[in-house]
Amino acid sequence: MKLSAKQASLLVLAVLIVLSPFFFPSGYYFRVGSLLFVNGLAVVGIVILTGFAGQISLGHAGFVGIGAYACALAPAYLGLHPALSAVLGAVVSGATAYLVGRPILRLKGYYLAVASLGFGILVSMVLANEARWTGGPDGIKTPDLGLRGLLADMGLELTNPQFWYALSGLALLIGAWLALNLRDSPTGRALRALHGSEVAARTVGIDVAQAKLMAFVVSAVYASASGSLLALQNRFITPDVAGYMHSIELVTMAVLGGAGSVLGAIFGAGILTLLPQALTVFQNYEQIMLGLVMMLVMVFMRQGLLPSVLGLMRGRGE
Amino acid sequence: MRKLLTGVALASLASLSFASFAWADIKLGATVSETGPASFLGDPEAKTLKLMVEQINASGGIKGEKIKLFLYDDGGDPNKARTFATRLVEDDGVVAIIGGTTTGTSMSVMPVVEDAKIPFISLAGAIEIIDPVRPNTFKTPHTDRMACEKIFDDMKKRGYTKIGMLSGTDGFGASMRAQCLAVAPNYGITILADENYGPKDADMTPQLTNIRGKSDIQAVLSPGFGQGPAIVTRNYAQLGITLPLYQSHGVASNGFIELAGAKASEGVRLPGTALLVGELLADNDPQKPVVMAYKTAFEKATGTPVSTFGGYAHDALRIFVDAVSRSKSTKPADIRDAIEKTSGLVGTTGTVTMSPKDHLGLDLGSFRMLEIKNGGWVLVK
Repeated sequence: MKLSAKQASLLVLAVLIVLSPFFFPSGYYFRVGSLLFVNGLAVVGIVILTGFAGQISLGHAGFVGIGAYACALAPAYLGLHPALSAVLGAVVSGATAYLVGRPILRLKGYYLAVASLGFGILVSMVLANEARWTGGPDGIKTPDLGLRGLLADMGLELTNPQFWYALSGLALLIGAWLALNLRDSPTGRALRALHGSEVAARTVGIDVAQAKLMAFVVSAVYASASGSLLALQNRFITPDVAGYMHSIELVTMAVLGGAGSVLGAIFGAGILTLLPQALTVFQNYEQIMLGLVMMLVMVFMRQGLLPSVLGLMRGRGE
Repeated sequence: MRKLLTGVALASLASLSFASFAWADIKLGATVSETGPASFLGDPEAKTLKLMVEQINASGGIKGEKIKLFLYDDGGDPNKARTFATRLVEDDGVVAIIGGTTTGTSMSVMPVVEDAKIPFISLAGAIEIIDPVRPNTFKTPHTDRMACEKIFDDMKKRGYTKIGMLSGTDGFGASMRAQCLAVAPNYGITILADENYGPKDADMTPQLTNIRGKSDIQAVLSPGFGQGPAIVTRNYAQLGITLPLYQSHGVASNGFIELAGAKASEGVRLPGTALLVGELLADNDPQKPVVMAYKTAFEKATGTPVSTFGGYAHDALRIFVDAVSRSKSTKPADIRDAIEKTSGLVGTTGTVTMSPKDHLGLDLGSFRMLEIKNGGWVLVK
């Protein structure tokens, strides 16, 4: 039996997530792994928007912020369970993306990049300045999800990093599965068609504005889920998470690993999450190293790291 | 491929631990913001920790055991701080953690240390770090509430009861503003104007004009951090406002006088630590020898003037060393108990006496009211 590209991608991801812990020398690696998965989830959203539909958002951290703060604010003010708060965050993010995206995505060109940039900055400013509700720049505590305690009662004792490794790994798998399914669905094909040529896509009867809007909303929900996972895992959240730099980081991860490929983008998230940890010895040069890697990839591997390397390997095989 | 990267990470870690293997006796962890927006706090803290650990090890360590310092730079990012805290606990196996330069980084380290039951001494200001008291979390800097109390106390002595406030909207300014509003009634002080500015604003003239417009105001308080308070001071002089101006402990450094200018800052009062005015302290002041020893060592080693913030790290390390020397063993739980029993320890911020209900251990007397005169500091009696 030959696996399809989709099944192969999912299998590789699942095997890596399940087998990696056997090589972890300490609990700290679970923490790094779960950060990688949380970033990866947001980056898969970027793949749908940028890789499939060819639109660029420079404000996705705004949605990460909405998802994160939903988990802090909804339990405190509405008495909602943290898990439901994450769902609420996703709904709010999706609705906001719909309202912001609807007028903008009717236009051609870089309007989405500029508008989303403004939107992201706006969200982080509101989070920092409305200190009465959000705790201001010093941040705010998020409640315990309670699931770890529940598992412990059922006889499955996990340390905190282990639990979050498992949960965010699972979330990433589901996220990647949905994204890969979307890619091969009629909607995904429509998105990729308009990436190639908007005029051609319109000619074959695709509602271009509608399709772009859908991609934007879906990717916002991904970002929101990533923010919720981060907030619940850290038990504390500050407006930095919605900051402009985080938006850029997410786009960089996707482009570095390969924005057109789900697995590639996750790989990019992995590099940018692990590199600062591996480079603490050269902490002062971290930015330089990242810049250098990014430039080299842009010049020599325009498709991103993973697709380019795979392409090279295939080329050699023939 | 992730395995490959984990391998790379592992290899670099291994090389790190190899270098230190011989002396890995007492492992002390630290995560401070050496770079990033809070680097003017974190940089002197990191230098102080490195310098003092070297000094202590050179003079034989604690009870003959050397300290091995694991120091990470979180760049002021709370998410990174939490990751480094996890790394210190899970991977490096430290017995205590110093750090959390900012309130945000401290608050995100806290769940990790409380989970792992490792004593943690924060270097950040906000009162929420130690109130409510958590078993394993301690801190060295005065709280912003104490700064408000010290300032209001001085205002009351001078007979000012109606004041205006101009606060920064950054974490420090926002937190101190809230604390000042809360304690003002205890000193019979009414706040007639409550203005604010953004951390990157370049001109505070409109807010100050508003404050000047209220004729009843007798003094002005400016809680803030970084360049904002210096601009406030400059604008204040430019507008020719003659009311007494109070700044916060957040700008208690010579850099502030340089930024604001000696002329504009003449007569400005602020609460500061003994470290800033080491030479001016009375000879019988218990803090004088401690402060001067640290100041001399720091300035000799780094060539830069000593700062209050480095002093926080100095005190944290002193508390740790003192606790380890009294502790039954070097187990985290015993060190925690010993830290809680710290009594009469003289540091740069004051004399520290902790209890199960007080994980800061400082009183108002440890703050000194300072005034700027001719571009330098004088003690207000």
